[in-house]
Amino acid sequence: MHFQLKILIFLFSMLVTHGAVAEAESKSFEQIKNLITSKSFAEKTQAVSLLAAHPERRTTEILNALLEGELYYRKTDKLLLITKKQNREYIVSDAITGQDLGVVKKREIKKITTNNSIRKKIRAALAVKQLDSEDAVTRYQAVNQILGDPDAEMVTHLQQRLEIENDKKVRQAIELALAITELESADKKDRLAAIAGVSGSIEPAVRGKLATIVADDPDEAVRKAAKKALNNISVQIQLYSFLETLFFGLSLGSVLVLAAIGLAITFGVMGVINMAHGELIMLGAYTTYVIQQALPELIGLSVLLAIPAAFIVSGLVGILIEKTVIRHLYGRPLETLLATFGISLILQQTVRSIFSPLNRSVVTPEWMSGSLEINSVLSLTYNRLYIIIFCLLVFVVLNIILKKTSLGLQVRAVTQNRSMARAMGVRSARVDALTFGLGSGIAGVAGVALSQLTNVGPNLGQSYIVDSFMVVVFGGVGNLAGTLVSGLSLGVVNQFLEPWAGAVLAKILILIFIILFIQKRPRGLFPQKGRSAEG
Amino acid sequence: MFLMRILKGDRGGQVLMALLLAAMIVVPVLNLLVPESSALHLSTYSVTLLGKYLTYALLAVAVDLVWGYLGILSLGHGAFFALGGYAMGMYLMRQIGDRGVYGNPELPDFMVFLNYSELPWFWQGFDMFWFAAIMILLVPGLLAFVFGWFAFRSRVTGVYLSIITQAMTYALMLAFFRNEMGFGGNNGLTDFKDLLGFDLQADATRIALFMISALALAMGYLACRAIVKSKLGRVAVAIRDAEDRTRFIGYRVEYVKLAIFTFSAALAGVAGALYVPQVGIINPGEFSPLNSIEVVIWVAVGGRGTLYGAVVGAILVNYAKTYFTGAFPEIWLFALGALFVLTTLYLPKGFVGMLKRRSVTS
Repeated sequence: MHFQLKILIFLFSMLVTHGAVAEAESKSFEQIKNLITSKSFAEKTQAVSLLAAHPERRTTEILNALLEGELYYRKTDKLLLITKKQNREYIVSDAITGQDLGVVKKREIKKITTNNSIRKKIRAALAVKQLDSEDAVTRYQAVNQILGDPDAEMVTHLQQRLEIENDKKVRQAIELALAITELESADKKDRLAAIAGVSGSIEPAVRGKLATIVADDPDEAVRKAAKKALNNISVQIQLYSFLETLFFGLSLGSVLVLAAIGLAITFGVMGVINMAHGELIMLGAYTTYVIQQALPELIGLSVLLAIPAAFIVSGLVGILIEKTVIRHLYGRPLETLLATFGISLILQQTVRSIFSPLNRSVVTPEWMSGSLEINSVLSLTYNRLYIIIFCLLVFVVLNIILKKTSLGLQVRAVTQNRSMARAMGVRSARVDALTFGLGSGIAGVAGVALSQLTNVGPNLGQSYIVDSFMVVVFGGVGNLAGTLVSGLSLGVVNQFLEPWAGAVLAKILILIFIILFIQKRPRGLFPQKGRSAEG
Repeated sequence: MFLMRILKGDRGGQVLMALLLAAMIVVPVLNLLVPESSALHLSTYSVTLLGKYLTYALLAVAVDLVWGYLGILSLGHGAFFALGGYAMGMYLMRQIGDRGVYGNPELPDFMVFLNYSELPWFWQGFDMFWFAAIMILLVPGLLAFVFGWFAFRSRVTGVYLSIITQAMTYALMLAFFRNEMGFGGNNGLTDFKDLLGFDLQADATRIALFMISALALAMGYLACRAIVKSKLGRVAVAIRDAEDRTRFIGYRVEYVKLAIFTFSAALAGVAGALYVPQVGIINPGEFSPLNSIEVVIWVAVGGRGTLYGAVVGAILVNYAKTYFTGAFPEIWLFALGALFVLTTLYLPKGFVGMLKRRSVTS
């Protein structure tokens, strides 16, 4: 204490001699410096309090550095340093000014150590600082961070904050935090009121507190109320987890739809069994990979660029397949099946020879990673969300092409009555090639989407081909809307079966279901009507 | 004689029977009597390889029976083959007894490893060969019967049937990959020791297995030929060419299909059962759709709808596979893929058809 007193006297004299505010500020930093570099934890604690109360903005960074163990001081002049360790070297910067001071050796500097109580204090101080931040999102996060157990000091701070807070979301969070503390109040009425206050919330902290009340609150009425609130909450949580499963199911279904919708065109509309469809998907995925390799600085844009590129690559390969092989096998579906299977083997081996048999990973751009947090139970990952949207988009575009363009008209004409269409002047050979190209191109686009979810490898397509056929057959051949409905519903059913049957068994059950279903209704969910149905 | 009557007018079949008979005599002689130093000596490895080809050929004959004569393109015959193989594998597993790594006299190693306390019910009885032998026929046959019962009655035909047979084998593959199924999961069944008391590693046992495979192929061929020549076979061909018309004439199309499909599945099961002791392992990979579709291409390459063409195709393609995967592993899939495309485009009658045409023109 003697030393501290001396410093205080020293500082006081300094303060007296220099009156200006700026000077005083730098002096108070001087004091903090001395306190923080001392060996006594009590003095360090004091330094933390001073830092927390200091108006200067950089104090947050200093506190953070102290918390992370990155705060050092120079042995010669006790200058505070924030260090970043890199390959055994220490890159340092002046903690107070933020000025970069280059690289130093380890023996020139000394780490400022902390203990548990100091770290706790720092966290609280940081939370208070964030609570007063100008950014509403930061404030909201700060409140949520202390949601479980704010100490008395924090509670008063929260109360003060509530009075001046004008953001609605933050207000609600603060009210909830205060209500949680009220749950522990000694007064029965307060507790009951608090239970009513928190009963709409699904925060885990609330659930924990309510559970302890149900277990050991002395008052019967409070226990009952808590139990009711808890039941309410678990109903809500069930609802949200149902929504989450539904979301995962829809995204899985969207993947199935994307993989199958190209097949719905080649198989459904043209009646061609294309076993190489999976490999066209794989080509699309590899196109994404190649584009990312070619433009490493444009990762964010690469996925968007890959969509048309993959459409073109897979579409052209599809047209090539049609012109060289499938053209000669129209009307012989079983032979088409075998020939296209051969093509799929060739494509697989080609990719294996060019890119190696190992899986390649495609980078997910920043705007697709992360998740949309709706509340603490339900969060929707962006990549799945985008895939659902993308799937619907592809579906709509395809429908427009088939229903509104002249190509679509010709495709439908050839599908329904080839010879009549030819008699009317439709060049059926060209229409076949274009339709096949369209279906293949969509497969490529599906590959772009898949590259964001799984690893890209030569076997990527194979794992989707059986599923895709199931989707098309289940939905009803020759029916795009049927494919959409069947793909989405199969995805959702699969996701709901998974928790109690396991992933593999769920898949098997669905396969068995479809096998049985086809035998009951051989033409799928939405059979095609009219003359063409008898083909 | 019965044999003569069946093979009457079947030049290919006569040649095949003669070749199989010759192989059953020549192969053991070359392996056991010719000294190893001689160039004519046939190693035990080659004998096993040939035996494996013969089981493949039997599978191909089974596929040709339903595809060539009934018009059902089954992409799931690999499943029947694998089920027969598993039935045999279960018998061989039980024969290991306490010679396994864990030395448990009752439970196979993988069950000890997975903490089974007792043998699952479906493993009961597989310690007896006669039971296993019945299962080899019964399990694939029953699956085919149930599957066909549903499929043929609701008139699922053509590519739809092909795709659901593929889905069937795919589902079975996924199922057998699960450890909980009690069939050894991913690793399948292996480490076999002996069959009916004969050491599986011994040369004599290998030769015997080869001869049994040849015999089974001959019997299977004759049985298929007998079916094809019978009235049932004629109706089958009628169904292949004009299913609706056959139905209108008054035949119960679904029963004909069901009978032949079930028989073919049992035949595939026998092929699988003979395959397993020769290669020494059976795992869920045998169920993979790729395997089943490869069988179809053997038949297509050899010549569909001839039965002996299937044998030719199976042996030819598999020999090529053994050669290519050894010499140029990169090229094999290219070659197989090209084979698929070229056969369907340019050789619709297969290798046998090409030979026939040549002999007609010359």
